[in-house]
Amino acid sequence: MVDKIFRVNMTDLTTSVEEVPEAWAGHGGRGLTSTIIAEEVEPTCHPLGKNNKLVIAPGLLSGTVAANSGRLSIGAKSPLTGTIKESNAGGTSAQLLAKAGCKAVIIEGLPKEDKWYSLAITPAGVTIKEETERIGMGNFDVIKSISPEHDNKIGILTIGQAGEMKMTSANISIQDPDGGLRSCGRGGLGAVMGSKKIKFITIDPEGGKVDIADPAKFKAANRTFAKALAGHPISQALGAYGTNVLVNIINESGGLPTKNFTQGQFADHEAISGETMVDLINERGGKAKHNCHAGCVIQCSQIYNDAKGNKLTSGIEFESVWAMGADCCVADLDCIAEADRIMDDIGIDSIETSVAMGVAMEAGVLEFGDGVEICRILRDEVTKGTALGRIVGNGTGSVGRSFGVTRVPVVKNQAIPAYDPRAIKGMGITYATSTQGADHTMGYTITTNILNVGGQVDPLSKEGQIELSRNLQIATAAIDSTGMCLFIAFAVLDDETCLPALVDLLNARFDIALTIDDVMSLGKHILKLERKFNIAAGFTAADDRLPEFFYDEPLAPHNVVFDFTAEEIDSFWNF
Amino acid sequence: MKITVKLFAYFRDNRFSIEEWDIEPNTTVGNIVDSLHIDREEVGVLMMNHKHTKFEVQPQTGDILAIFPVVGGG
Repeated sequence: MVDKIFRVNMTDLTTSVEEVPEAWAGHGGRGLTSTIIAEEVEPTCHPLGKNNKLVIAPGLLSGTVAANSGRLSIGAKSPLTGTIKESNAGGTSAQLLAKAGCKAVIIEGLPKEDKWYSLAITPAGVTIKEETERIGMGNFDVIKSISPEHDNKIGILTIGQAGEMKMTSANISIQDPDGGLRSCGRGGLGAVMGSKKIKFITIDPEGGKVDIADPAKFKAANRTFAKALAGHPISQALGAYGTNVLVNIINESGGLPTKNFTQGQFADHEAISGETMVDLINERGGKAKHNCHAGCVIQCSQIYNDAKGNKLTSGIEFESVWAMGADCCVADLDCIAEADRIMDDIGIDSIETSVAMGVAMEAGVLEFGDGVEICRILRDEVTKGTALGRIVGNGTGSVGRSFGVTRVPVVKNQAIPAYDPRAIKGMGITYATSTQGADHTMGYTITTNILNVGGQVDPLSKEGQIELSRNLQIATAAIDSTGMCLFIAFAVLDDETCLPALVDLLNARFDIALTIDDVMSLGKHILKLERKFNIAAGFTAADDRLPEFFYDEPLAPHNVVFDFTAEEIDSFWNF
Repeated sequence: MKITVKLFAYFRDNRFSIEEWDIEPNTTVGNIVDSLHIDREEVGVLMMNHKHTKFEVQPQTGDILAIFPVVGGG
């Protein structure tokens, strides 16, 4: 099946199927969403207006049997940051979209009438239908109503109430193999989908398959690749404990932001740790190991049951547990899991929203540690779109501005995640320079700053951090284009067979002759393209800075500040 | 000489989470790991007083030693 571009015009409610332009052919995932947005979206446009476009793209290896290739990229100009944005997640849709012969879906324009719609994608293209019955529904009900038996042959993308109300923390949810949700969480892409009045998108490849140019070479490369992944001890630890194993290690390092970024350690860290979580999951008959898409050999997801043994949430990540736990001082995993489920259902980013709650706590809107009130605000305020709900739903910066708080941990208006940049300085460089606002996944220096993967760079020293962050941001941009989960990076950094096998997979899929250098050049190209968009949108070097308090409020226990000069930060772009 | 030893993830299985230890002077971090019957190859991260340390280092009175297997997340 030859891949096509599926275009949807919501202004005149028409769709078309187009040939892939030659310049886009070598791109997938983030590389493709960013290429299309840079080419077709006016950088100064209003993110929720008629000139923004929502672009959905499987990766270059999506839909094949390549291990861990199930990430779906969604991009637009972000209503949260005002920058270019790509957010990717697992679930079943990337594989199904690729099998439908779709290289990317481009959704443009705004409906003229105040009506809601759904999109149905098949190999023949996209059908637009008016939608009435599911408006106002949370994501779980949307999925249940479309696919009561969890039909894994159909992919579903959906927005909850937050997306309908165009809250700038709204995410886009993707059905996982068990009818659970994975989220393209960051940057408010759910609000862009909501602005275009699309409640959900179904994907049915109707038995379609992805063509492999050299099946024998592909199979051999995948065997090597999967072996490198599955054999890496971090992959095994991720399967055993999930990402939440990091609570204790980041806490021990003194870099776990606590009580709205005023401390580097959380006294009750054990109560929310991965070790405690796995014990609870096993006691209650949940699943410590769970895959978010077919073909994942790491299985870092999990199913977390409540005290009665009923499923409460799945795929609860370290960043969510940290934000609701340490940053809001909630030492109760059940409460955090409940909040996680509500946020999944409303369709709102669990990092942005939880960090926003921490700022609201500092403002006195609620008390630190009051997880019950967090859940109430999510249910009664955010879901219903009250004034407080909209302030929270528009993110951390919104709460800070509304209540006059100055300790607001954001870069380019996006909440800083679970690693304090004063005690783990490489992350500070990533937050500052990322083309998409503060985002740990853009250049995850924890590998080398904390975990001793890919070498060792002292987290408390400035030395080596800019180069580390740069190299990781380049590699990440390339990995994000393949449809691969970022957790392949541990094996890529440590196992010399892994990256060549990944390049062989790309070559065997398309009958091309990429080298490792070509893949790294692709990463550099994507970063520069994204930065060029941001500059045209009005961003300058002055936006590549951390909030003031990181420079003058020492963080315990190391009593350190973020001490990179502006010139040092700006040298990141010297490549 | 009293120090605190902390273990994490599966190193806790059939061992402990946190203990006060009385060690002889000149004992190294590596000696402590060995006495726990933990294979040094399985150790991913060692921290002393919240900073990275090495097998050769000798803890001092009041130090907090944290021993992690190879783990990751993100």
